[in-house]
Amino acid sequence: MIRFTEHGLYCEAGDFHIDPWRPVRSAVITHAHSDHARTGHSGYLCAASGLSVLRSRLGVQSYETADWGEPVFRNGVRISFHPSGHIIGSAQVRIEYRGEVWVISGDYKTENDGISGCFEPVKCHTFVTESTFGLPVYRWRPQSVVYDEIRTWVAAQLDQGRSAVLQAYSLGKSQRLIDALRPFAGRIFAHGAILQIQEALKADGHDFPEVMRLSEDIPAERRKACIFITPAPIETLRASRLIGPWRSARCSGWMHVRGNRRREGGDKGFVLSDHADWEGLCAAVKATKAQRVFVTHGFQSIFSRYLNETGIEAHEVQTSFGGEEETDITPDNPSNQI
Amino acid sequence: MSIDPSYPETETRRDGFIHFARLLMELGETGSTREKTDLLIQYFRSAPSGDLAWTLGLFTGRKLKRQIRTRQLAEWLTEWRGIPGWLFEESYHHVGDLAETLALLDPSTGGGQPEGNLSDIMSKLQGIPNISDEEKAALIRNTWADMSGSQKFVFNKLLTGGFRVGVSAQLVIQALAKVYETEPAVIAHRISGEWDPASTDADAMLRGEGRSFDLSRPYPLFLAYPVEGGPEDLGHPSEWHAEWKWDGIRGQVILRSGTWSVWSRGEELMTDKFPEFEAWRSLLPDGTVLDGEIMAMRDGKPLPFSILQTRIGRTRLSARLLKDAPVGFMAFDVLESGGEDWRMRPFSERRARLTELVKAVGQPGLQFSETVPFTDWEELTLRRREARERGSEGLMLKRMDSVYQAGRRRGDWWKWKLEPMTVDAVLVYAQKGHGRRSNLYTDYTFAVRDEDRLVVFAKAYSGLTDKEFREVDAFVKRNAIEKFGPVRTVKPELVFEIAFEGISESKRHKAGIAVRFPRMHRWRTDKKPEEINTLSDLKRMLEQYGSHTSPGDGVS
Repeated sequence: MIRFTEHGLYCEAGDFHIDPWRPVRSAVITHAHSDHARTGHSGYLCAASGLSVLRSRLGVQSYETADWGEPVFRNGVRISFHPSGHIIGSAQVRIEYRGEVWVISGDYKTENDGISGCFEPVKCHTFVTESTFGLPVYRWRPQSVVYDEIRTWVAAQLDQGRSAVLQAYSLGKSQRLIDALRPFAGRIFAHGAILQIQEALKADGHDFPEVMRLSEDIPAERRKACIFITPAPIETLRASRLIGPWRSARCSGWMHVRGNRRREGGDKGFVLSDHADWEGLCAAVKATKAQRVFVTHGFQSIFSRYLNETGIEAHEVQTSFGGEEETDITPDNPSNQI
Repeated sequence: MSIDPSYPETETRRDGFIHFARLLMELGETGSTREKTDLLIQYFRSAPSGDLAWTLGLFTGRKLKRQIRTRQLAEWLTEWRGIPGWLFEESYHHVGDLAETLALLDPSTGGGQPEGNLSDIMSKLQGIPNISDEEKAALIRNTWADMSGSQKFVFNKLLTGGFRVGVSAQLVIQALAKVYETEPAVIAHRISGEWDPASTDADAMLRGEGRSFDLSRPYPLFLAYPVEGGPEDLGHPSEWHAEWKWDGIRGQVILRSGTWSVWSRGEELMTDKFPEFEAWRSLLPDGTVLDGEIMAMRDGKPLPFSILQTRIGRTRLSARLLKDAPVGFMAFDVLESGGEDWRMRPFSERRARLTELVKAVGQPGLQFSETVPFTDWEELTLRRREARERGSEGLMLKRMDSVYQAGRRRGDWWKWKLEPMTVDAVLVYAQKGHGRRSNLYTDYTFAVRDEDRLVVFAKAYSGLTDKEFREVDAFVKRNAIEKFGPVRTVKPELVFEIAFEGISESKRHKAGIAVRFPRMHRWRTDKKPEEINTLSDLKRMLEQYGSHTSPGDGVS
C-alpha cells in the first residue's frame, strides 16, 4: 500500500506522500522538523495542532488540517492523525485502504512531556518506526528527575553570578526547557530561532513563561546571571559577550554516552530527548500489534534484527530522515547572531 | 587521625564511595585547572584515610588488575537485561568503553546511595579471585543495585582495571601540598616508591610520618618541556649545558646500605629486569642515586629503542635475549651522593660528581651522556644535526645553576629534539577510538607503495584536529570496503604526511621496518595516492639513519 520511493514514502492508491524529501503534489506531514517538513510541495496536510509551528517554519503554503483522529479521505484512502509525543503538534499518520492499516510514526517519544501530547499506540498491520536511539544502552530516566537536575544546576550557576546557557534543539527541546524553567520566569532569554517558535505558539494559545530577546539595549545587570537557551553553541554567538560569565550545558539524548558528552566539550550534558528510548521503541512496536515493521532513521539494522529475533517481521529502510538531534543551525550562518 | 580538625567524623563515614564517584564525575565536567585543584582539595580534606590511600594510588597511576573476565561480565549482563549477546557487542561498539557499556545496560535503577567507602569496595574487589562464580555474579549484581549510573561506571572502571582519570599526578600533588601546607616536591617524595594502599595510613604518610624510610625509595623525576622555536630566547649560552638526548626508558638506579634497586619512570621497580647493572653494585659508593636513561646498548654504544622493546615485558630473560638485546644505563644526573640528597645543589656540581662516579665504575654499560660543547646558539644548531647519525634524538639543554625539581617544569630543563622524519602515506585501515573518540574512526593504519601494491608500515592515532578527525571519520563511513571485526578497510585515497622519530629494521613488521612514535603530521589533501612514498624510500632512510641489528634477528 505504501512504497518507498526516491521522493519518500508514497501511497499510490491515495496519490500522496508522507514527509517527502523531494517536491510532490500532495504531502502529508508528521511534524515540523526540517528533515520531515520541506518546502516545495503543492499541498500540505497536517494535524491541526501542528499547523502553527509548521507555518512558522514553511511560511505561506496551501495547508489543510485535521483534528486528532478525524478522518480525511483521498481516493477512498482514509488518513488520520494521532499524537506521537515528539514535539508540539507532532503526529503519527494512520492510513487505511480496503481493510489494510499502516501507521507511519514519524518521530515519537513514549513518555508524556506535558506539552507535546501523549503518544497514542495505534493498532495496525504495518508499522513504520524510527530508531534514533535503537540501542539498549539508551534508557531515559523520568523527565521529572532530569528537570530537577537542570533546575538545580541552573540555580547553582545563577547563585554564583554566572549565566546558565542551555543548548538544545530549537523546536521541541527548547519548549520543554522553557516549560520546566517556569520558576525562573523573568530571567529567561533565547536565541532568535527559538523566539520565532515561541511567538507562533503563543499566537496559537499555548501558555509559556515569558522569553526575552537578548540585546545590548537591555541593562547589563539584567543580562548577567541569566538563562540563555540556544540551538547553536554559545561560543559561536555574539550573545556570549552579552551575558557575563557563563556555563553551558547541552541537552540531548546523545549526552547519555560519555564519549559524546566529552566530544561536545560543553561544561555539562543533560540527557533529555524527544525520541523514544530502547524500551520505548520496543513497547511502541508491540502495542501496535503490527505483523510487519519497517525501521527507518537511526539504528535500523540493529533494531530490525532484534525485532526479527523476537518474532516480529522487520525490514530496514533508508530514508532521508534523521539528524535533527544534531544542532540545526551552523555556526557560520549569519542569521545565527543572537 | 583525620587531616583537618574541622572534619572529626571522617573515620566513621560510610559514604566514601559516593564522594569518590562524585569527585570523578565533577573532575570530568570542568576543564579549568583551578577548579580541578579546588575539587581535589575539598575531597582530600574530607576523605576517610583509607579512601585517601586508594585515591592517591589510583590518581598517581597505580594500575589495577582486571578482576574478572569481560566475557563473563557480558554473559551475566545479557542474562539480567534479557538481550542477545550480539546486542551487547553492538552496544559496546557504539559506546566504546566496556565499563560504561556495562553501566548503561544494567537494568537496575538504584537510588544512588550505596553504603561503604572506596576502601571497602577495593577490598571486595581484591577478594574476587577467591570466590566462586555465583558469588562473583551476586556481588556485582548487588553492588550495582544500589548505585546510580555514574557510580556504576566508576565501580566498573575499578572492576575491569581500566581506571584512568583526567587529572595529572602533578595536579594531585599540588592539591595535597595545599592540604598539608608543604612543598609539592616534599609530597611527591613522600608518596613515591612502593606502598600498598590497602595497608598504608595515607594521612601519616603524607605528613611524612609512619612509613619507615624505604631504602629503595626513588626521587620524583624532573621532566623537560620541548623548546618552542629555537633556543635563542633562553638567554646567554654560557648559562647552559647541552648533551645528547637518548631514547630509552627513564630510570633511577639506587644503592643504599647495600640495597640495589632500579626504578623506571611510572615508578615501577624493575631491578630484576636488568641483571647487567648488578655488577656496578660493588663499584659505586654506597648512598648513590643516579638518574638517566635505560637503553639498549652494546659495548657502550647505544642501540635503537626497538631492541629495548624486546626486553621489556619479558618475564624470563634467556641467555640468548641478554646477548641479543644488551642493556646499559646512560646516566645524566646525581640525586644522592654519600647518602645525602643532592637535588638542591646546582647542576654544574651534580654533573661534575656524575662524571667522577661513572669514570670510577669504568664499565661500558654505565655511560654518562656526553656534553656537547658550544659557544653560541648557532654552533649548537649545527651540532644538533649530528644527532641522528649518533642514534640520538636531539639535545637536552640544562641550566648550569639549576636545582633538580619534581615533575614537568618549564625554565631549567628543555628538550630540543630533531625534526621528525616524514613520509607521505595512504590511509588503508581505520578503527574506532576509545573514550572521547568512541564512535569516531580515529585509529588509522597507513601504507606506502611497493611497485603496484601497498605495504602497511605504521599506525597512528594523533596529530589531526577534531574537525579533521570528523572529516576522515565521515570518509571512512562512506568508503569502507570490508569489515574485519572492528577494523574497516578503506578505499586508499586519503594521503597523510606521517612523522616519526626513528626507524629500524624489524622482522615482526610486514614492511620489514619499524618506525618510532608515528603520528599524522599533516593531511595532504593536495596529494593523490599515486604520489605517496615508496618502500624503497623507507629503506633508504633505514640505510642512512637506522639500525641493522634487528631485534627479530636473534629472538625469532
